[in-house]
Amino acid sequence: MSPLLAFLAGDAQADRVVPPTGFTARLTLFASAAMAFLTVFALALSLATGRLAENWGSALAQSSTIRISAPEGQMEAQVLAVMDVLETTPGIADARVLTDDEQRALLEPWFGPDLPLDTLPVPRLIEVKETPDGYDAEGLRARLAGEAPGAVLDDHTRWREPLVRAAERLRLLGLVSILLIAATTAVMITLAAAAALAANAQVIRVLRLVGARDAYIARAFVRRYTLRAHSGASVGTALGMMAVWLLPEADPGGSFLTGLGFQGTAWLWPLLIPQLAALVAFAATHHAALTTLKERS
Amino acid sequence: MIEFEQVSYGYSGGPLLADVSLRLARGSFHFLTGPSGAGKTTLLKLCYGELIAQQGRVAIFDRDARTLSRDDVAMMRRRIGVVHQDQQFLDHLSLAENVALPLTVSGRSTTEADLGDLIRWVGLESQRESRPPELSGGERQRAALARAIIMSPDVILADEPTGNVDWEMSLRLLKLMVELNKMGKAIMVATHDLNLIRAAKSQVQARVLRISNHRVQLAGADL
Ligand SMILES: Nc1ncnc2c1ncn2[C@@H]1O[C@H](COP(=O)(O)OP(=O)(O)OP(=O)(O)O)[C@@H](O)[C@H]1O
Ligand SMILES: [Mg+2]
Repeated sequence: MSPLLAFLAGDAQADRVVPPTGFTARLTLFASAAMAFLTVFALALSLATGRLAENWGSALAQSSTIRISAPEGQMEAQVLAVMDVLETTPGIADARVLTDDEQRALLEPWFGPDLPLDTLPVPRLIEVKETPDGYDAEGLRARLAGEAPGAVLDDHTRWREPLVRAAERLRLLGLVSILLIAATTAVMITLAAAAALAANAQVIRVLRLVGARDAYIARAFVRRYTLRAHSGASVGTALGMMAVWLLPEADPGGSFLTGLGFQGTAWLWPLLIPQLAALVAFAATHHAALTTLKERS
Repeated sequence: MIEFEQVSYGYSGGPLLADVSLRLARGSFHFLTGPSGAGKTTLLKLCYGELIAQQGRVAIFDRDARTLSRDDVAMMRRRIGVVHQDQQFLDHLSLAENVALPLTVSGRSTTEADLGDLIRWVGLESQRESRPPELSGGERQRAALARAIIMSPDVILADEPTGNVDWEMSLRLLKLMVELNKMGKAIMVATHDLNLIRAAKSQVQARVLRISNHRVQLAGADL
């Protein structure tokens, strides 16, 4: 049997040597449940904002368009000029004039299928793909204004850039929150364990008198608090997941708020919370018990 | 097994024991007497590492008590059975569980029969499921003795083991200790009860140590 399994399986006799501590037990259960509940939301926030940042980020990497409106005779010249400019602009991976068919497809929803493109003064569209580093939009605009006055750069996805940064920051904050919650849990469990140790000073004295080692005494407390934190956190996690699951769903395209959920395998992440809580409780109680026992020899 | 060399000890109120030298050898039987407050309990605590000598050297099983780690002290206590003056028990456990506690904390077990025999020997079979607070002073004392010997220790230190029991029970406890002594265990009994010491002298070669004036002296045959 591995030490961990042996630890979890425990020793019924050893557990009985420390009397049940009703009050701190309930406190620990409640605190762990509450903290796990909060962690579920912090996690949901992190995952959702991470997803958002990724989606928006990949949208950014997609194309921008340049629209050229020019009198009939100048159109070809301006298109060529724009293509020249694009060729010499750093950060542009590819540029391509949309074909008539493609433009017709774009306009079809508004004007129907029989649009006589050649007779209408429809602007030409150039699709621009940028390199991962991107290009300098202001610089490009200035050059276009000089070379092809009818060209308008429409980098419609750029407005999202600050949003992506905000989403990334939110994800970071979510992760920091999880760390803070874990630290707070550790503090609370340390306090609860310290209170239990103090309340059981007499028990500990008797145990030491009959030859119990510190590790033995500590284990009786540590096991208790680890299991409690685990069960509390399991309940809290279950409730938190249920609450996330019950969040009203508006549109699947996912605005920020409705995206605040778990998707697919991400539902597995919160299942780690009880394990993490148990780990935190184990470390906290272990430390608290051994220090207290050493101080009080 | 336990040896004091010019040991001194005092609480904050000044010296209590000074220049104490003594030896508890295998198979020896000692009584420790002296007026209340003379330091009998203190001396016993020095014997099982609860207190550390301020001067001089206490060797427990040939190891300087000062050099023992906390785990060493725990291990050493499994070889020294102590009957405390203020018998301390775990009040949430039954008497039987309390008696078996030294086994429990050292990861050993005993048979129900052995535990039953021991409890019967100290006359507590009808109280075995009682909680310690429900026991009389004498019953607690007998339970403490049973707990002290359940590990079959090499040394038994008893602090007023007959303080709360009637004469008949005192003799019975004494007989048990004499028997243990004949098995080679070193025994030290702190007591006020001179009658008990006299009764013991007819059964066993016992030395009587008296604490007076911070010193430990071997009392003569004048008891
Ligand atoms: N923890 C302590 N702190 C300070 N003083 C103490 C402490 N324990 C004992 N004393 C004092 O040391 C003295 C000796 O105490 P001790 O318990 O060794 O006496 P004793 O000989 O066992 O007495 P009794 O026969 O009443 O049990 C007493 O005056 C007591 O008040
Ligand atoms: Mg005393």
